[in-house]
Amino acid sequence: MSLRPLLIPALLLASLIALFGALLLGSTPMEASRVLAALAGMADATDVTVVWQVRLPRALAAFAVGLALGGSGAALQGLLRNPLAEPGVLGVSASASLGATFALYYGFFSVSAWLVPVAAVAGALLATMLIAAAAMRTSSVVTLILIGVGLSSFAGAAMSLLMNLAPNPFSLSDMINWMLGSVANRGFPDIVFAAPFIAAGLTILYAGRRGLTALTLGDEAAAGIGLDLRRQRLLVVAGAGLATGGAVALAGAIGFVGIVAPHIVRPLVDHDPARSLIPSALLAGLILVLADIGVRLLPTEFELKLGVVAALIGAPAFVWIAMQRRTISAEQG
Amino acid sequence: MTDSEQKFELTVEKLCIRAGGSLLVENASLDLRSGELAVLLGPNGAGKTSLLRGILGLAPTATGSVRLQGRAFGEFNPQQRARRLSYLPQRRPLAWPSPVRDVVSLGRYAWGCAPGRLGAEDLGAVNAALAACDLLAMAERSTDTLSGGELARVHCARAFATEAPLLFADEPVASLDPRHRFRIMQLIRDHVSTGAGALVVLHDVSLAARFADRLIWMKEGRITADGPPTQTLTESRMAEIYQVQADINGNHVEITNPLP
Repeated sequence: MSLRPLLIPALLLASLIALFGALLLGSTPMEASRVLAALAGMADATDVTVVWQVRLPRALAAFAVGLALGGSGAALQGLLRNPLAEPGVLGVSASASLGATFALYYGFFSVSAWLVPVAAVAGALLATMLIAAAAMRTSSVVTLILIGVGLSSFAGAAMSLLMNLAPNPFSLSDMINWMLGSVANRGFPDIVFAAPFIAAGLTILYAGRRGLTALTLGDEAAAGIGLDLRRQRLLVVAGAGLATGGAVALAGAIGFVGIVAPHIVRPLVDHDPARSLIPSALLAGLILVLADIGVRLLPTEFELKLGVVAALIGAPAFVWIAMQRRTISAEQG
Repeated sequence: MTDSEQKFELTVEKLCIRAGGSLLVENASLDLRSGELAVLLGPNGAGKTSLLRGILGLAPTATGSVRLQGRAFGEFNPQQRARRLSYLPQRRPLAWPSPVRDVVSLGRYAWGCAPGRLGAEDLGAVNAALAACDLLAMAERSTDTLSGGELARVHCARAFATEAPLLFADEPVASLDPRHRFRIMQLIRDHVSTGAGALVVLHDVSLAARFADRLIWMKEGRITADGPPTQTLTESRMAEIYQVQADINGNHVEITNPLP
C-alpha cells in the first residue's frame, strides 16, 4: 500500500540504469567513464560511434517498443476486461507487420520512409477495430483469442505470399525479423519515424485511462456511471493501434511482453487498469532493454532475436496466467 | 446530500422501445419523485429492464419523452445523467479483484473522480455509502473474497455514493438469501428516506409490498397498473400479471397454484 507512490519512480530509475547498462555491455565491454566520455562526444571516434550509432539507438528502440506494447497491453486488458489481451495474442502485431512488410517490399518505402510506420499503424488499427467489434458481440475470451490466432495466422500467410511475389529482393531473415521482432541495427532515423506514432498512441491511451477503471463494472454499469462507451472503445482502439503500429514498424512483432508486464504490475496497483497503465509501459520497456542486453551477451554464433527471448519468457507466462484464470472461474461456478 | 433539498421529478411519457419487429416496451408512462420508492413488477420478458434502459438513454431505439425537472433527459450528457440517476444493472460483473473501497469510489466517476483520486467531498460520499451499507470494516478487502450478500451491499454502496437524487435498481436482491433480501431493501428504503427516489425491479411480490410506496405492474411491454400496494395488489392482478392463483392478506402473498 504505502510503497505504491514509489512504483513509477522506481521503474523510471531502473529503466535509466538498464539503458546505461546497455551502453556499457556488448561484444566489447566499456567502462562507465569511457561511455560517459563518448556520450559527451569527448572520446575517440570509435567509442563515439559505438555508443551513439549502435548501442544507444538500439537500447532506446527496445525501450520505446516496450513502452508501446506494455501500455497497449494494459489498455486492451482494461477494455476487454481480460488479463490475456495483448497486441501479440490478439493478432494486432502480426497485422501491423503485414502492413509494414507490404510498404517495405513493394517500393512504398522509396516514396516516403513515413509510409512504413503508416502502413504498420493501418494494419494495427484494422486489427484493433476488428477485435473491439468482436468484443461487443461476445463476452467470451476464448472467442477473442481465437480471432487473434486467426488474424495472426492470416497475417503470417499473407506476409509470406507478399514476400514471395515482392519485386524487391528480400531474405528469409528479413521475414523472420518482422515475425519475431528485433532491434538489432536500429538507428536514430528508425526511432524518429516510429516515435511520433508511439507517443500519440500512448497519449491517447493515457487520456482514456479513467474509463478503463469504470469498465471494471462491466459495460452496462460503466455506461450507468457516466462512461461514454463508444468514445472509450474508440480511444483504446486508436491508442493501441497507433502505439503497436509504431512499435512494430520499429522492431517487428514482439509478443507477450504486453501480457507479462501488466500482470506483474496489477497486484501492486490494486488491480486498477488506469493506474496500471504507466507502470506497465515502463516495466515492459525495462524488460525489453534487459532482454536485448541478454541477446547481445549470449555467446551464440548468430545473435538471437529479441522477440525469441520475449516469447521464451512470455509464452510460458501466458499459459500460466490462462491456467490461473481457469481455476478462478471454476471456483466461481 | 446537496441535491436532495430540491424536489426531483422524473416524468416518462409514451416510451416505446422496438427490437426487430416487436415492441419491448409500448407506450409506457410513469413518474418518479424524490422520497418515493416504487417497485416495478412483472413476469420475465415483460420489458422491465428494457423500460429502465430506455429511460436511462441506453436503448438506442427508444422513442417517447423522458423529462427530469421538465428538461429532456436526453439533453444531458452521460456524466450529467449519471449524477442525477444512478443505475444498478441486473448483471453486475467485476472484472478485477479490486478493493471494496475502489468499487464504491466508482460511484463518484460522474463527478470526475477515479479511485485513488478523490476530493474531500467525494471521500465523504464514499465513506458515508460504505458506512450506510456496513462495509467500513471490509473497505480494504478484495471483492473476490466477499460472499454474495456482501457483494450486493458493495454494489448498493457504489450506487449510493453517487448521491444522485434518483436510483434505478434492477433485481438488486436476485440470488440472495431471505435475510439479505430484506437487508438490501432496507438499505434502499433508508436511502429513499434521505430524500432520493428509487425505482426497483423485484420478483418477490411480498418483499415489494412490504417496502414499496407504489407498485408498477407490467405485462407484455405495457404498464397495466400503478398505485400503492393496498390498492393494486389484488388476487385478480396476480392472476392477470403472473398467471398464478394467490392468496393475499395485507402484505403477505401466498401463491397457491399456477393458472392454466
